[in-house]
Amino acid sequence: MYTQALSTTETDDRGLEDAAKAAQFQARIDAEERIEPNDWMPAAYRKTLTRQISQHAHSEIVGMLPEGNWITRAPSLRRKAALLAKVQDECGHGLYLYAAAETLGTSREELVDAMLAGKAKYSSIFNYPTLTWADIGIIGWLVDGAAIMNQIPLCRCSYGPYARAMIRVCKEESFHQRQGYEIVLTLCRGSDEQQAMAQEALNRWWWPVLMMFGPPDATSQHSDTSTKWKIKRFSNDELRQKFVDATVPQAQYLGLTIPDPGMIQDADGHWPYSEIDWTEFKQVLAGNGPCNRDRLAARGKAHDEGAWVREAAAAYAAKRARRQTAQAAE
Amino acid sequence: MPVANIQVSETPLVLYALRRADDALILGHRLSEWCGHAPMLEEDMALSNIALDLLGQARELYTYAAKAEGKDNDEDKLAYLRDVRQYRNLLLVEQPNGGFAQTLVRQFFYSAFADLYWRAMMASRDTTLAAIAAKSEKESAYHLRHASEWIIRLGDGTDESRARAQAAIDHLWAFTGEMFAVDEGECALIHADIAIDPGSLRGRWLTTLSGVVSEATLELPQTDWMQQGGRTGRHSEHLGHLLSELQSMQRTFPGQTW
Repeated sequence: MYTQALSTTETDDRGLEDAAKAAQFQARIDAEERIEPNDWMPAAYRKTLTRQISQHAHSEIVGMLPEGNWITRAPSLRRKAALLAKVQDECGHGLYLYAAAETLGTSREELVDAMLAGKAKYSSIFNYPTLTWADIGIIGWLVDGAAIMNQIPLCRCSYGPYARAMIRVCKEESFHQRQGYEIVLTLCRGSDEQQAMAQEALNRWWWPVLMMFGPPDATSQHSDTSTKWKIKRFSNDELRQKFVDATVPQAQYLGLTIPDPGMIQDADGHWPYSEIDWTEFKQVLAGNGPCNRDRLAARGKAHDEGAWVREAAAAYAAKRARRQTAQAAE
Repeated sequence: MPVANIQVSETPLVLYALRRADDALILGHRLSEWCGHAPMLEEDMALSNIALDLLGQARELYTYAAKAEGKDNDEDKLAYLRDVRQYRNLLLVEQPNGGFAQTLVRQFFYSAFADLYWRAMMASRDTTLAAIAAKSEKESAYHLRHASEWIIRLGDGTDESRARAQAAIDHLWAFTGEMFAVDEGECALIHADIAIDPGSLRGRWLTTLSGVVSEATLELPQTDWMQQGGRTGRHSEHLGHLLSELQSMQRTFPGQTW
């Protein structure tokens, strides 16, 4: 799914690095060249990317939980198969992104441990509960829609492995978004009860989705380095506005009301939105969202209860290697 | 207002397809419960993959059962609007996931059978069943390989994993006999070369099991007592809970399109 714009850049430590190398590195970035794992890179660039890519990976994995909540209750066999396949895709994205993060020198185990210990963040959107089937449609339509808005520019990110991962992820995400939209469309064309279910879900998800783009530009710190390194190409507010502008006509087509009364399109074609409740955002980031504890507990439980399985696999692999060595020696 | 259960005219052919469809749906559903909670991400992927294969098999078999019945039922009505006594799956597949060992042993017992079964069913004179078999056989071969590798890893891994795997084998063994049983209706289909005699697969199934289990340093139980009942709707208590979750939307919002 997606990581939100909450990465902050590490303090610029190029003073400690070879200035010539740093200049050369920046020249490559400016020339739109891709940086590859074995290339020289500033320590801060490595650290920023490790954090951003791993946050993104954690988001994919934690993001399996709210949607996974409906796999066993999907209302038709077709929906059940599509949802299961979708959640499986998220897992694949997570694996893919952990692999991309590992190219920067930190192992998946270390990254996962940091997440489980509450030291690494994941997208705050997954700390909201999926209460009805309509939530599955709204997540596909809006959460995946917002993710795509954020991730398309990342396909041109300066770090090669991340950019390439994003190309594949974006393809699957746009499929998910269409699927989500189609779920919502079916509800909106259905009974009064189903339409009400869709509207109620939109009411709950709208503001948290807008928060996915991160704090407003006026208060967002450190994004200049990310911009200079071409990790980030658009500001939080630019992307947020683009998303709102794309979504309003879709909601109109569906016959749904965006829970922001009095939105009027301006002369430039934009749909200005009301002030976002950033207190809620900060609370969720601080661990006080409706599901933060449940999400971490569920991941922790899977990790802990699976420990003996991972140990068994490692023990077996070691035994087999020993046997093969012994055989070769005979 | 809960919607009433549908009635199914269980001719031998309808019942035959329904039983296999129920096996695939219930086992697929069980595996899907792991999604997001598996011991490693690779297994979240693999178990979901197997669940998706089984769900696909279930959909084809339900659709065929509905067609063979020739009334107004369809895959969703068959899956969502029959109660526990109308379900026809094996007791084995409805058993709870338990831990990873129990899930994999259940899968191993079933897939070792399904692999042989679908391969044999490719020769069915019923062209739809033969086509479903051709697809399912390829999938089952992979499911069996995946499960076998895990049985070996768990059995020959640590003391703990070995104990867990052996306990799962001992626990689930009594549910395996049902796979090889046939009733009168099925006998008629076997004589007509529409179905195959599952009893004829038992020897090879045991050979597959013995090979893997002995490589895993585990043992198959010596007991012969087998639980029966799933095929006639006499289930364990577990199935009702599974169905109440699976069917909750259709029961809460009757007659709507999703």
